[in-house]
Amino acid sequence: MSSIRKFDTKVQHLKYKVLREVARLAWNDELLEHALDIPKTIAPGKVPTHRCCVYKERAILAERVKLAMGGDKTNPNVIEIIDIACDECPMGGYEVTTACRGCLAHRCEDVCKRGAISFDHNHVAHIDKSKCVECGQCAKVCPFGAISNFQRPCVRSCKVKAISMDENKAASIDNNKCISCGACVYQCPFGAINDKSFILDVIDIIKKSEGSKKHKVYAVIAPSISSQFTYARLGQVVAGIKALGFHTVIEAALGADMVAMAESRELVEKGFLTSSCCPAFVAYIEKNFPAMVEHISHNPSPAAALGKFIKQTDPSAKVIFIGPCTAKKMEFQKEAVRPYIDSVITFEELQALIDSRDLDIAGMEDDVLDNASYFGRIFARSGGLCDAVTQALKEQNIDFKLKALPCDGIEACRMALLKASKKVLDANFIEGMACVGGCIGGAGCLTHGEKNKAEVDKYGSEAHEKTISDAISLLNF
Amino acid sequence: MIVQVCVGSSCHLKGSPEVVDLLRKHLAADKLEDDVILMGAFCIGKCNREGVTVQLDDEIVCGVNRENFLDFYRQHIREPLLNGGASNG
Repeated sequence: MSSIRKFDTKVQHLKYKVLREVARLAWNDELLEHALDIPKTIAPGKVPTHRCCVYKERAILAERVKLAMGGDKTNPNVIEIIDIACDECPMGGYEVTTACRGCLAHRCEDVCKRGAISFDHNHVAHIDKSKCVECGQCAKVCPFGAISNFQRPCVRSCKVKAISMDENKAASIDNNKCISCGACVYQCPFGAINDKSFILDVIDIIKKSEGSKKHKVYAVIAPSISSQFTYARLGQVVAGIKALGFHTVIEAALGADMVAMAESRELVEKGFLTSSCCPAFVAYIEKNFPAMVEHISHNPSPAAALGKFIKQTDPSAKVIFIGPCTAKKMEFQKEAVRPYIDSVITFEELQALIDSRDLDIAGMEDDVLDNASYFGRIFARSGGLCDAVTQALKEQNIDFKLKALPCDGIEACRMALLKASKKVLDANFIEGMACVGGCIGGAGCLTHGEKNKAEVDKYGSEAHEKTISDAISLLNF
Repeated sequence: MIVQVCVGSSCHLKGSPEVVDLLRKHLAADKLEDDVILMGAFCIGKCNREGVTVQLDDEIVCGVNRENFLDFYRQHIREPLLNGGASNG
């Protein structure tokens, strides 16, 4: 009962249970032998709890086990659909519901430019689907809210329009369009879309370190973690990560400080720039605005920058990024990033790893986490990167008229990029964040809520270093 | 000599920026900059309450802070370097 509180939804909880069981067996070297038993462990007995029968539940759980073990190796995308879990939700678009009272006003008819609305003998409205273009105006003007848009939650969540229906009516992802942001993963109410997990790689790396004797495993944690573990203090989460076998924990926000400084200089040099920290945003530009690719900052993402630095200080280091992001699971496989980051897991997966070892982090003594500045830490929320670049320019006494535009979510990014590609954008720096709210809205977060932004700002203000220069001065060896 | 100052969270909070500053200053004053490769390290695994951990080649010294810095510097860096590498000071 207490564990359900850690997540927003039961879908996340189910996914977590599978990850936890897979991890538990992997730590004990029993996975090969017992992986097939996991579905029955999670869905025992004969009474189904959420599907038509317990056998279907187990069949889907078996697919979840596969994803927890790395998923379909032939599919380069880290986002995958479990076709048998897809409920084939209706997707009829705008339809008149029984709430239509057959009124006299007929606002719906007036507003429809396509003449798609007609009325039957009871004055009840009907939409002619051969004429309708799904503009939604009728739904907006109906005084009874009687017209609804029946769209699949996955399709609705996918702002890059990568999801369609296959011949069996199950959802299908177009990898040429998908930016692996994970919005559909979080939004699918049936848990049919999931991110592949690399927890087995991480467990293997930790085991082979033999308690930091063979190599040291460094956890680089994203600043959004500050809003995630509501039942334990951040210092306890750090202690928990170390108890898993990580040599130490470093905040990715320090990498963000490094990036903010370098990016501000690059901006001054080039005059116009988009950020490069959000891998889904970068993928979006690459796939949709190829002419804009040259304007993407050449700086690595904060995690990659920090990973590079760690490996300079310790060449045998293994670096694991722990964050809110599914797109990071694509990024670390890129040739330019692979040398610096060995694997990526989400906060969801971290929770599963912690519980697979039965670690009671809320009962642990606080450890410390402090390297970055306020500005590096607020990268986790929309607008933070713009603030950091502003600050970096100030600290370097650079006279540059910065017009920064924070783009909150991929739709805002699209508008800015459209304008920029037509040279009508009134800004010289685009902060692109694919997830609404910034990284705190990431699909791999345990919780998503209004208060998370305040938590990130609080974490930022607690930073020991007050300026970006102070935070990174230490790294200029 | 490779000198790695721990810049991990625990040492950072106990003053590694200050220790690095002092090191730079003294190495410059003694003209020993070319004899030392100064580097950072994230956690040498000896976190303690007294101060910063510094690794000198294979030797690890814990608890370096502003107060004991001079002793540490003389004993572990200056003397060995001036005496041609013998570090039994």
